[in-house]
Amino acid sequence: MPLKTEPITVNLGPQHPSTHGVFRLRVTFDGEVIQDVEPIFGYLHRGSEKLAEERTYTQIITLTDRLDYTASMSNNLAFVLAAEKLLGVEAPERARYIRVMMAELMRVAAHLMGIGFFLQDLGAFATPLMYMFREREKILDLFEMVCGARITNTYMRVGGVNDDLPPEFMPALTTFRAEMPHHIDDYEKLIRENEIVISRSKNVGILSPEVAINGSVSGPVLRASGVPWDLRKADPYEVYDRMRFDVPLGRVGDNYDRFLMRLEEMRQSLRIVRQCTEQIEPGEYRLKLPILIRPPKGDAYSHVEAPKGELGFYLVSDGDISPYRCAIRSPSLMNLTVLRDLLIGWKMADLITIFGSIDVNLGEVDR
Amino acid sequence: MPVEQLAAGCRAPGFFDGMNLWREWVINFFPRVGDSMCRAMGGASNSGVFPDWLIFLIIGAAGGLLIVNVAALGVPFTVWLERRLLGRFQQRLGPNRVGKFGLLQPFADAMKLMTKEDVTSHEADKIVFTLAPLAFVVPVFLMFAVLPWAENTALADPDVGILFIIAVTTAAEFGIFMAGWSANNKYTLFGAMRAVALLVSYEVPLLMAVAGIVVVTGTMQMSGIVEAQRFVPNIAFQPLGFLIFIVAISAELNRAPFDLLEAESELVTGFHTEYSGMKWAIVQMAEYAAIIGFSGVIAALFLSGWKGPFILPGYIWFLLKIGFVISAFIWVRATIPRLRVDQIMALGWKFLLPLALVNLFVMAVEVVAYPGGLPEWLIPVNIAIAGIALVTATRLTKFPGDRRKVLVLRGSIITPDNAGYDPAPTGGI
Repeated sequence: MPLKTEPITVNLGPQHPSTHGVFRLRVTFDGEVIQDVEPIFGYLHRGSEKLAEERTYTQIITLTDRLDYTASMSNNLAFVLAAEKLLGVEAPERARYIRVMMAELMRVAAHLMGIGFFLQDLGAFATPLMYMFREREKILDLFEMVCGARITNTYMRVGGVNDDLPPEFMPALTTFRAEMPHHIDDYEKLIRENEIVISRSKNVGILSPEVAINGSVSGPVLRASGVPWDLRKADPYEVYDRMRFDVPLGRVGDNYDRFLMRLEEMRQSLRIVRQCTEQIEPGEYRLKLPILIRPPKGDAYSHVEAPKGELGFYLVSDGDISPYRCAIRSPSLMNLTVLRDLLIGWKMADLITIFGSIDVNLGEVDR
Repeated sequence: MPVEQLAAGCRAPGFFDGMNLWREWVINFFPRVGDSMCRAMGGASNSGVFPDWLIFLIIGAAGGLLIVNVAALGVPFTVWLERRLLGRFQQRLGPNRVGKFGLLQPFADAMKLMTKEDVTSHEADKIVFTLAPLAFVVPVFLMFAVLPWAENTALADPDVGILFIIAVTTAAEFGIFMAGWSANNKYTLFGAMRAVALLVSYEVPLLMAVAGIVVVTGTMQMSGIVEAQRFVPNIAFQPLGFLIFIVAISAELNRAPFDLLEAESELVTGFHTEYSGMKWAIVQMAEYAAIIGFSGVIAALFLSGWKGPFILPGYIWFLLKIGFVISAFIWVRATIPRLRVDQIMALGWKFLLPLALVNLFVMAVEVVAYPGGLPEWLIPVNIAIAGIALVTATRLTKFPGDRRKVLVLRGSIITPDNAGYDPAPTGGI
């Protein structure tokens, strides 16, 4: 007599250790094998876009900090670029260098967290994560020097940055730049050729370039699939056109590629930071703008290459002190749209690692 | 040296005699306690005051109480050691507030757990749910009965000691499955399913590695196995068996990288997700007691048990070796990620089992060739055989070290025109 079996439906989340926030997946398992996945969003919805309609342009910057709270500098940058486009102004030279420097340091910090939590999802009990956090702390210390905050920086302003770099910043940055490559090498040695990491991540969760492009995926996840698309090269904003850096590309598009991609991008970010410190010159760091900015009627869209992908802000102004409409194109949400294609057919343990390798931030997904 | 001889010496008892007396007492602490208890009860030669069965029962119960308490007291220290060591591995401090070096932290945790509400979910099968932690903990404590703590110091020393250990600890799997099934929670069910699915794939190599030991030592008695390692510990003759054994034991103990049953990032805490309060504490105690117990088994089977290169009381040697093995387990947990369920099965059947058979075969051949005891020149030979077998098995099971690198677009400029998917990315972009 054949045994009667039936699929089992499990609600992974919203309370689950590996959902990177509050995310819910309704998964149908056949034994351990995934048959169907239904992502359910919205548990962290705070109405950032609606709130932005009630705030002045400077106040919205604090809202952007809380989108992807592991990459607040990049979010600041994306918003102030859109607001400046709306206003028709451009930040002073020094401010643009500072912004690029901060955005790249933020990318290193965000990728450290991405890799750390990916390895945590693989089951490495917090050790790699703690190592990553040790380096991330140094970056947060640098942020604390320039703006007094570590996570929710609110450092950038429309027309520049809030404050000039303090005198102790550059020596601290030099020390960090000298140490960090060795730490990245250490991570590679510890993790990259670990048999278990390889067997768990190699050829697991392959994202084909076609699916990635159709799903509007961006950032390291897209480049891991072999699609050369980096906004810093394709549509250079700020001073990226003066920087020499390389764009890493994956060959297969599996977990392992996405992991290697972030390791390599950290190196390239450090390169950009070095060039910024060489090219930056003293000068104005902020335009003299009125406290209540009233941009002319119109709309503007601006996007940056945030650590997780293309982060865009679309602002519509009706000439008032707050935008008429603010829409956010968040990379995490777009990257999650391919989740179902990635997961079906894999096992429960792979679900966690694939989800971790996409490296989403729920603050940004649900906004 | 008996006390009478010391006292009968021609010189007055001085400091060194006192030291000797003390050392004598410490070394033979456990047998002495047993002796004095026997004497108090009337001795082996029954003086007729108490019937035999009563003496047997009372001494057995007292010894059992002692051993169980040693195990139960070892658990907080193991937890403390694990948390402290993991803290050091992870660039943080670990518990250091309660008591000296945080030593009282586990006891504070235990107090908290005792006063915590004992929740049983509405849908759970309440009887099985309550019995499961006991079904998990009792077999683990049974294992301690035959551990040879020192010479002549074991609660029981049956002829089939190691077989007894394997048998009772496998029974602990019932507790896991009871817990996972009765809680009526899908995560616990996943944990229980994984436990049952994995059981056979690591038990078979485990038994094969034990068979290698039994072939060489010629006995299954725990004290006999330790006695057979008078000169050379078994790890020297059977490095391959040691590796197989320690990997299979990691799986048996649900330790990293085989902690699938309670994979935190996947199954919350797996089969004991629904437990709280004292039931959870009992499950934890069983797990950590099993770590202590199996570290003791490893120490006895491979690291020559209570024997050491210089004079220390036997049980101190034994405890030192247990601590060493536990630290190794913690090190592994701090370092490596978790395997997937099918990968563990593949590891068990395709990797460990053939290696265990090779180990058993080599041992059998050597024992037949040298029935009087293995000569010491076989040690490097066996190490070489182990190395060759490991390398061959690694090649055959296709765990290639991947040197894949990401392509780096050197100084390239991507524009909206030339971006997009290149179906055949070449290395020279």
